[in-house]
Amino acid sequence: MSSRPLVLAVDLDGSGAHPAAWRAGSDAPDAVLDPAVLRRRVLAAENGGFTLVTLDDALTTTQATVSSGAVAARLDGVVRAAFVSQLTTRVGLAPRVDPRGAEPFHLAAQLASLDIASLGRAGWVVGDADQPGLADAIDRVVPELPADRELEVADVVRTVRRLWDSWEDDAVIKDVATGRYVDRDRIHDVAVTTPTFAVAGASITPRPPQGHVVVIAPDTVLDPATADVSLVGGADVAEVVERAVAARGAGAPRVLADVEVLLDADTSCAARLAALDADAEWTPTDALRFVGSPFGLLLLAEQLAEAVDGIRLHPAVVGTDLPVLTRFVLPRLFATRIARAPRLAQTLRGALDLPRPENVFTQEEAA
Amino acid sequence: MSASARPPDRDHPITRPTATVHLGVFFQGVNHHTVWSDPRSGSQTDFSSFRRLAETAERGLFDAFFLGEGLRLRETNGALHDLDVVGRPDAITQLSALAAVTSRIGLVATQNTTYNDPADLARRLASLDVLSGGRAAWNVVTTDNAWTGANFRRGGYLDHADRYVRAAEFVRAARAIWDSFADDAIATTTREPSWSRPGAITPVAFSGATVSTHVTPTVPRSPQGHPVIFQAGDSPAGRTFAAEHADVIFSSHGSDLDDALAFARDVRRRVAAAGRPRDDVKILPGTSFVLGDTEAEARELATWLVREQISGATALSILSHIWGEDLSQLDPDGPLPDHDPAPRELSRTRGTGAAQGDPAGLARRLRSHAEELGLSIREAVIATDRRPAFVGTPSSVADRLVRFVRTGAVDGFNVSPWLVPDGLDEVVDRLVPELQERAAYPTEYVGTTLREHLGLRSSRDVHGARDAIQRTVVGA
Ligand SMILES: Cc1cc2nc3c(=O)[nH]c(=O)nc-3n(C[C@H](O)[C@H](O)[C@H](O)COP(=O)(O)O)c2cc1C
Repeated sequence: MSSRPLVLAVDLDGSGAHPAAWRAGSDAPDAVLDPAVLRRRVLAAENGGFTLVTLDDALTTTQATVSSGAVAARLDGVVRAAFVSQLTTRVGLAPRVDPRGAEPFHLAAQLASLDIASLGRAGWVVGDADQPGLADAIDRVVPELPADRELEVADVVRTVRRLWDSWEDDAVIKDVATGRYVDRDRIHDVAVTTPTFAVAGASITPRPPQGHVVVIAPDTVLDPATADVSLVGGADVAEVVERAVAARGAGAPRVLADVEVLLDADTSCAARLAALDADAEWTPTDALRFVGSPFGLLLLAEQLAEAVDGIRLHPAVVGTDLPVLTRFVLPRLFATRIARAPRLAQTLRGALDLPRPENVFTQEEAA
Repeated sequence: MSASARPPDRDHPITRPTATVHLGVFFQGVNHHTVWSDPRSGSQTDFSSFRRLAETAERGLFDAFFLGEGLRLRETNGALHDLDVVGRPDAITQLSALAAVTSRIGLVATQNTTYNDPADLARRLASLDVLSGGRAAWNVVTTDNAWTGANFRRGGYLDHADRYVRAAEFVRAARAIWDSFADDAIATTTREPSWSRPGAITPVAFSGATVSTHVTPTVPRSPQGHPVIFQAGDSPAGRTFAAEHADVIFSSHGSDLDDALAFARDVRRRVAAAGRPRDDVKILPGTSFVLGDTEAEARELATWLVREQISGATALSILSHIWGEDLSQLDPDGPLPDHDPAPRELSRTRGTGAAQGDPAGLARRLRSHAEELGLSIREAVIATDRRPAFVGTPSSVADRLVRFVRTGAVDGFNVSPWLVPDGLDEVVDRLVPELQERAAYPTEYVGTTLREHLGLRSSRDVHGARDAIQRTVVGA
């Protein structure tokens, strides 16, 4: 059981986890595209003490965005994360990218660049959403069978990690005497071959400050042992706990529970939920769903603290539930030491108590 | 230079007496012209270096901040090239971060059409464009070799001859993706029946010889419509591609006025042939400045600079590349090798920046310089390398820049500072005021988008004009 206080993460994609969220807040419908709104929300999360902001994303439209009436626009997650990296100083930033839609070579450079720009606050939420039409959008075969999908996700994660390691930390030597900017012996070809792709050379971007960007993945998507953080959900607390125990048993370094929240605000949670549901159905997801009072959420957090290292909250309506969280929930969690906020100048790894990974190439050399 | 000996007015008439100079900054990254070894030089990787240059450029009212790209680390004869700055950020990610700390300057990402997918790249560029309030641009490059391809899912799948076929299809697909949202697609109040007006988002179905995509895009148009298109590539096919598809050409013809004018004539002919107004494509060559308080001081600084840029080791590395063998044991202050390089095509396989073309010809050029003037290896390489284009006092350089622009040779320049991150300070503090005194440079940003800074037509007009042309052609 966990001895550390919980870390708290929040997903700030779009207008909220409920499909009718865009109607509920005070923001105009196009606020989901507004840089000022993005900035305001991420700053609110940082100031409230969240350790991590995740930004959900998909290359193509997903079921949520094609269903009639819902928000049909969304900016690229890595782009959004990089933008807010300069407006924040403590909070971790993790865009979601689905491996099947990505070029591992580009992805490694993008995430390393995010880590460099944010001074070590980057994470990567590894997704594997059902994206109908993904293959048509990117004009290539994408693995569809469950076993092939699993393999593809694992291969992309492994390749991206190798690309981060392809530069040793001290590869830039700036040796004026010999005129060498880098030591070529400290930069390595990744030489990966998988059933669906191969990558030959080293990354174009040096090793990021954290060594590896924090790899965050649902337990259903990636073997918990190869993630840095496993995300677990479940229909009820018992199932979340069971999956957390299983992920830990499988070697997950850290486990976070995914929890959707709809809280009492100016109106009661029940009234809010009824109004939202009247407009669009909130279909169940893999996350645990909590509809209730801030106090109820505190009790839930206390319960979960027995089994997980942290909680990722998905506000039903960001504009409404985020302020309730930062005003009424987080301060109590911090005061009672159930949870903790990140310290200044901490990397995301530091805030998660994760070690900085050793470089696979130096390990190979040493062996 | 011979140009100064001729009566300038007859050979180079001023055709645009009120034209102003556009400036962009090209953060070179990988190249041998950035002097990383100088004590004044900072990190080539830290975000703060990029931020400092972008902020200086914005203070100087530059139109754009520009990042290059290379998708495999360069090699010389199979070994990683270790003498130059190497390692750089992903351009769109870096520019997205810079978008948050700047407010007016354009943000140009060099991105390859061969090793990207339109659905993904167009979306990332459009996202940057929306977040920056209409300041994004895409510099289209087409490097296609299998050596680079080995880093990507498709490998070296594309023939060199087809690189611009794909580039053109790619840009057309990207435009379709960018234009898929009607300008009034999104609900204006939360009481409307749905978030987007039914039918206002057009699914894109593009099918060409090399590009195929079926996608419902997720990013609306930005204040400038969609990203500005730059093109860099000098082959006839590259120039034709630019004439048909680009807003801006990033050229390498900006040091010699005759050469720049010849290039501009060629481009304008192609632009007209594509059915566009002759000045529709702006020409912004890459360049660098060496400024001094006196002409003599600037020349002295330039002499120092080229020796910093071409160290003995760099000269031998360039030689090894041309000869296709390891010549690093030669004395750079000694004579060129006696034997000729083996005949073969010097491919682009080291990425950009390396000498290209026919090794025998390159070797002959080096040898003739060396023999004529009694030069060592290093001196001969220096004599044939790209030199700083504009050397002089801020006043004399300003005069020359204005001449380049007002004769119609170029529309402005993309400046590469040879020192990072402070190399732009002098340009902004000393050269820009000289240009402003000549009424050849703005004194404030007139608009907020890159398209406005560059004086480009709105993206809708461009498409509209092209559609009209296509209809005429079909009708004829
Ligand atoms: C001024 C200039 C800058 C360039 N910068 C890049 C670059 O950053 N990355 C890249 O891959 N290619 C770059 N290129 C190379 C061209 O993209 C390359 O020549 C092109 O892809 C092949 O086109 P071409 O055969 O028409 O020259 C540049 C070319 C020029 C002229």
